[in-house]
Amino acid sequence: MKSKVWKTILASTLLLAGVQPAGAADPIKLGSFLAVTGPASFLGDPELKTLQMLVEEINAKGGVKGRKIELVHYDTGGKAQDAVGFVKRLIRNDQVDILVGGTTSGDTLAVIPEVEKAGIPLVSLAGAIEIVEPVKEWVFKTAHTDRMAAAKIFEDLRKLGLTKVALIGGDGGFDKSGHEQLLKLAPDYGISIIADESYGNKDTDMTAQLTKIRASDAQAVINFGFGQAPAIVTKNMKQLGIDLPLYQSHGVASKTFIELAGEAAEGVRLPAAALVVAEQLPDTDPQKPVLLDYKKRFEAKYGPVSTFGGHAYDGLMIVVAAIERAGGPDKAKVRDEIEKTHGFIGTAGVFNMGPEDHMGLNLDAFKMVEIRGGAWKIVN
Amino acid sequence: MRLAGFGAFAAGVTLLPVLFPDNYFVTVVGVSAGLHVILAVGLNLLIGYAGQISLGHAAFFGMGAYASAILTTRHAWPSLLAMAAGLLIAGSIAWLLARPILRLRGHYLAMATLGFGIIVHVVMVQATGWTGGPDGMAGIPPLNLLGWEVDGDRRWYGVVSAAALLTIWLSLNIVDSRVGRALRAVRGSEFAAQMMGIDAAGAKTQAFVVSALFAAFAGSLFAHQQAFVSPDSFSLMVSVDLVIMVVLGGMASTFGAAFGAIALTLLNEGLVVFEDYEMLIHGALLMIVMIFLPQGLFVGLSQVGRRLSAVFYCQTEKR
Repeated sequence: MKSKVWKTILASTLLLAGVQPAGAADPIKLGSFLAVTGPASFLGDPELKTLQMLVEEINAKGGVKGRKIELVHYDTGGKAQDAVGFVKRLIRNDQVDILVGGTTSGDTLAVIPEVEKAGIPLVSLAGAIEIVEPVKEWVFKTAHTDRMAAAKIFEDLRKLGLTKVALIGGDGGFDKSGHEQLLKLAPDYGISIIADESYGNKDTDMTAQLTKIRASDAQAVINFGFGQAPAIVTKNMKQLGIDLPLYQSHGVASKTFIELAGEAAEGVRLPAAALVVAEQLPDTDPQKPVLLDYKKRFEAKYGPVSTFGGHAYDGLMIVVAAIERAGGPDKAKVRDEIEKTHGFIGTAGVFNMGPEDHMGLNLDAFKMVEIRGGAWKIVN
Repeated sequence: MRLAGFGAFAAGVTLLPVLFPDNYFVTVVGVSAGLHVILAVGLNLLIGYAGQISLGHAAFFGMGAYASAILTTRHAWPSLLAMAAGLLIAGSIAWLLARPILRLRGHYLAMATLGFGIIVHVVMVQATGWTGGPDGMAGIPPLNLLGWEVDGDRRWYGVVSAAALLTIWLSLNIVDSRVGRALRAVRGSEFAAQMMGIDAAGAKTQAFVVSALFAAFAGSLFAHQQAFVSPDSFSLMVSVDLVIMVVLGGMASTFGAAFGAIALTLLNEGLVVFEDYEMLIHGALLMIVMIFLPQGLFVGLSQVGRRLSAVFYCQTEKR
């Protein structure tokens, strides 16, 4: 009797296994795995919307080389383990031609071994420098690195003649990686770190750490983090009456930060992508038309634009241009063409990639901005 | 009957890759289903047979995984030795924990195991120096079975299904042994079991340790197969999922647990395409199963099948 049941189960399992999408030859398949939900959703959500919008527009115009693009997307929820599973699924089951994704550095770093083994181009939208350093054959990225942010902050400090700084940061991956870069780069800019405090990203009060900083003779405070915590640090500093210049990272370059920190955000400086200050750029800036165009299209469809969606714009447009040059979605050829990306004007900056540089951005890609009157202002 | 079931299961597992050699649902999903089978069959010994709940089983799964990951990547141990170390660690912790924790009953036991699971998870996140913290550890070398490297989907399918079959066979034997009967007696009534001369505490400890060993074994395979581990895979939700597998398939049935594991893995994989509605459908299906088949899918369905065939038999008799 039991074996009869087993036969039925076996048969249904076989049936289920047999049901799989047929490998359509026509459209170019673009696989993506983004953290649309979870703690990094404020990054992943605009990224996915951007990809969907662009794919729709490209297809409406007839596609790439006469072939439509099909976007296959899975939501990782910011869980690296899920990202690994989805990348396997994208490669083996959906048989995509190119991968765009990895919202967070954790997601991207976890899938790199799988991507390298399968030999499929991956354009990551995450920040960590480890993604492209050392250079991996198949992996590229479009987002600014934390090292660039650290360098930009130190450059600004040097201009102001400040040398003694206090660091404060959270316990997340982004915070820690930024912290490491700050420590590494400080000596190059002649800056000494005289206080180094940390908090938990879910903490709701940082006055204890800030009191210690107040007692030191720091000339400026750098807070490398994203989410709610940096807004709390900003507020607490105002409450404690600490009248030092406060630098935040590019992780808070969104309207939400200004809303959360309120009045206290006034005067805060941070390195940000040009997208947040697109209107203020001089008309001679080659990025300006690209930025305004993307902003207009995104806002017409979804609402306020964010720099993170911009990374997806850059990633997809670089891939599309590479497919066009390669004459089709051949994996190896597309990889070579992505590597040859030169003078591509994206939202994050001007990309000049090469065999030694799979990101292709320089420090000019960041603008130092200051919050004045609840809005971003470029400082020179 | 038992052997027939096992034979059918083994035949199915071997036939699938022959019929669909490069099917994603066989060689990739099949591997994770196989790992879940090992976990669920082990947990079923504890929940189904001994009648003790554990909401922290992902902790043992994680111990096996992290032991393999850390020892093979950082200390260049051979993978089999690392696996043995993982089993030893998980087994001894389970043994130490069993006596105090299994004195508790019902909600209290659930709370205690839950707490244990959370503590282990916190260690995985916070002990950055060992575990790589929330970002996890990548680049774990492939499993090396005395010179034979398990690399590629089909080899993994072979290894994991062999391991799953081995655990099913072990579990079937344990259940039908003296220990298994003792466990069932303890589940029925601990007091009565003791009156019959059964060492209830000892039997429960054995079940706990064996299920921890199964979990660590699966964890070790998982670490090598994924080549990446992070604390996400060993969170509370995973522990809950494991309990669901056991309950869904049908408690106190080894094949039921295996069936539950496979069903839930396929369900989760299939629901991915629904994105936003994934959790909704997941929850609704579980509710439907629990309302209409409270004994679990496998046990429930085989009872329905038995009843149907009995009806059919009666009718043919009448004729």
